[in-house]
Amino acid sequence: MSGTFVGMPAFPKAAHEAVHNATLRGNLRHATHTIRAKREKAVLEVSDWAELREAGKRIKDHTLRHLDRYLVQLEESVTAAGGTVHWAADADEANRIVTYLVKATGETEVVKVKSMATQEIGLNEALEAEGIRAYETDLAELIVQLGKDRPSHILVPAIHRNRGEIRDIFAKEMSEWGRPAPDGLTDTPAELAEAARLHLREKFLRAKVGISGANFMVADTGTLVVVESEGNGRMCLTLPETLISVVGIEKIVPTWQDLEVFLQTLPRSSTAERMNPYTSMWTGTTDSGTADGPSTFHLVLIDNGRTDTLADEVGRQALRCIRCSACLNVCPVYERAGGHAYGSVYPGPIGAILSPQLRGTGSEIDASLPYASSLCGACYEVCPVAIDIPEVLVHLRERVAQGGQVTEKGAKVVLKPAKGHAAERAAMRAAGWAFTHPAALRTGQRLASRTRRFHPRTLPGPGMAWSASRALPTLPAEPFRDWWQRTNGGRTEQGVADGGRADGGHADGRPSPSGRDGGGRANGEWAGGGEDSGK
Amino acid sequence: MRVALFLTCVNDTLYPDTGRAVVKLLTRLGVDVDFPMDQTCCGQAHYNTGYRHQAEPLARKFSDVFGGYEAIVTPSGSCGAMVRELYPRMGERARAEGRGDTLARTLAPVVPKTYELTEFLVDVLGVTDVGAYYPHKVTYHPTCHGLRGLGLGERPRRLLQAVKGLELVELPGAEECCGFGGTFAVKNPDVSAAMGRDKVRSAESTGAEVLCAADNSCLMHIGGTMARLRTGMRPVHIAEILASTEEEPLV
Repeated sequence: MSGTFVGMPAFPKAAHEAVHNATLRGNLRHATHTIRAKREKAVLEVSDWAELREAGKRIKDHTLRHLDRYLVQLEESVTAAGGTVHWAADADEANRIVTYLVKATGETEVVKVKSMATQEIGLNEALEAEGIRAYETDLAELIVQLGKDRPSHILVPAIHRNRGEIRDIFAKEMSEWGRPAPDGLTDTPAELAEAARLHLREKFLRAKVGISGANFMVADTGTLVVVESEGNGRMCLTLPETLISVVGIEKIVPTWQDLEVFLQTLPRSSTAERMNPYTSMWTGTTDSGTADGPSTFHLVLIDNGRTDTLADEVGRQALRCIRCSACLNVCPVYERAGGHAYGSVYPGPIGAILSPQLRGTGSEIDASLPYASSLCGACYEVCPVAIDIPEVLVHLRERVAQGGQVTEKGAKVVLKPAKGHAAERAAMRAAGWAFTHPAALRTGQRLASRTRRFHPRTLPGPGMAWSASRALPTLPAEPFRDWWQRTNGGRTEQGVADGGRADGGHADGRPSPSGRDGGGRANGEWAGGGEDSGK
Repeated sequence: MRVALFLTCVNDTLYPDTGRAVVKLLTRLGVDVDFPMDQTCCGQAHYNTGYRHQAEPLARKFSDVFGGYEAIVTPSGSCGAMVRELYPRMGERARAEGRGDTLARTLAPVVPKTYELTEFLVDVLGVTDVGAYYPHKVTYHPTCHGLRGLGLGERPRRLLQAVKGLELVELPGAEECCGFGGTFAVKNPDVSAAMGRDKVRSAESTGAEVLCAADNSCLMHIGGTMARLRTGMRPVHIAEILASTEEEPLV
């Protein structure tokens, strides 16, 4: 994937910075909560949402199952419509193809529609290295590009920025790239949008080459679809003479009829709109003399780890993703950690299952991503194609912790367990042994209870990860099973209550039914002696 | 009805009061409760941390220990979801790995008869008023696996609303995760703690004395955070509230 993310630290380390950045936390909380509430409203309007979700899932599963057939059909349709199809196995090959195609036009600048695929392969950097300047025209991507920043969200890449920060970036950086920002620019949305419009307009009118991705490709007709809100995409798709679209092979749908499902679920899930403002569809080339649209069209189909992902029967569901980003907006971890911590152009829950599959689990960041979730399940609930993200996360944890068979570049290989999990593996083995030997477990429980007065209030080493922010629970005087046995399931509780269980209350703030008042209430199930009396 | 209490390893070791409360409550409602002494752990921590194969013997043991009962009741949404949602999945995965149907067949009997406590009360016993008395202001946090895994829905709130003396106040952002997440709490401590603090702050904003939930693991995290933040609020398991009566109140 993109070179801009190479060498990222593991997720917990990157998240540590974000959690303590008050401005970032504020920006993300405001933005995600706003869009979250809007999405819910937009989805509740649709009476057959559950059916649409199921239909979307099935269309994608069917297409992925027969991807070999649909890809060939797509190539034939695009070719018949006047386009040229190129196949790229990985990012390098895709970048080489696009660079070659741009150079062949003799141009040194291109305008770009917002595209995840081109970010995934690091296309802008590859073009830059060959002396070609790529201008991002989506407002948020423009903010990211001008700010020499990285995107932190799939749909709203500059979600981590507030208006004041954007104003400063425009005022300082626009002149480096073209038309400068107007003097006295304020941070009102209308002024910021106007500054971007003026800056971009001259680029649209000058550009001879446009580069896009696509939300969907219809195999039947060779039609590509881009959905967007700003109209910049429409400009890039219609004004330049040459259009190069870089699209992941999983973006196919078989027919136009299938678009009916996704054109309902995608906008409501992503921007909470009933329908997005601009839906551009194009089929091959147009005669430049008579109509809008490119006279030369290239489609670069990229694999870049997708076929390997497709080989995994649990993980392959990630390829259903339509990049709506509803899972990011609802994710409590994303909200606190921010998008950059995920070390990929695909942040949030979907990124945590996509990146370690597309890139493998070899790097520190990719091996840490499957753990970047509390498995709360909010992402699965909102996913419009029903990707069970928690299921895939756990599956990938298994891959990291235990190793096992995966597919890499089409070949089956057996991964070794990742480094740094040895202590955890040993602990899991020990716990597994104790849990299959109840007598040993009981001895351990009793030992822990009897020594509870000597337990520290904070933990050293890895345990500090708990006790730094949370009090430890106090161990009770006896585990439940001892009480059960001693009182015959509570039936003889009355007789032994006074000298029986004693519990001084929990350090985590729990009440103690046996009374902190030192046994004021005598009999009854909840009664008990004072601190440790009778023990 | 012969019912087994599947207390969970966390409750057995750390929160016996919750176990006693379940016994007291179910006994009061006329249920014959047994606690099979051989029970240990459902294997959730192993499974969710990526040690599915080590969770399998625990699941088999669970099936062995509880298979003979008519119903299995647990005061934990996440351990209940482990059995109901993930045991079938473990069976499927074993099959996909070419290990045949044995695991799936072994686990199948316990899956449909495992109930989270509030489900058992509302769906099986058909009660919402359990005759409880708890004169406190309470807010309820629906834990993720109970809410989204088991689909407990309004059951816990309906039970709480029927408790005499209890004032139930809505928790803002109730459906957001508290940040516990099992090993997530120690693998990603910063994010987990930030989520916990936000949960505690919104609980505080309700003015409630007590934050109630149906899962002690989440309450251990929330309560531990409350203690560090010195909020004066207390975490209480729903079983303990429902067990409390005028004659024998929980303080």
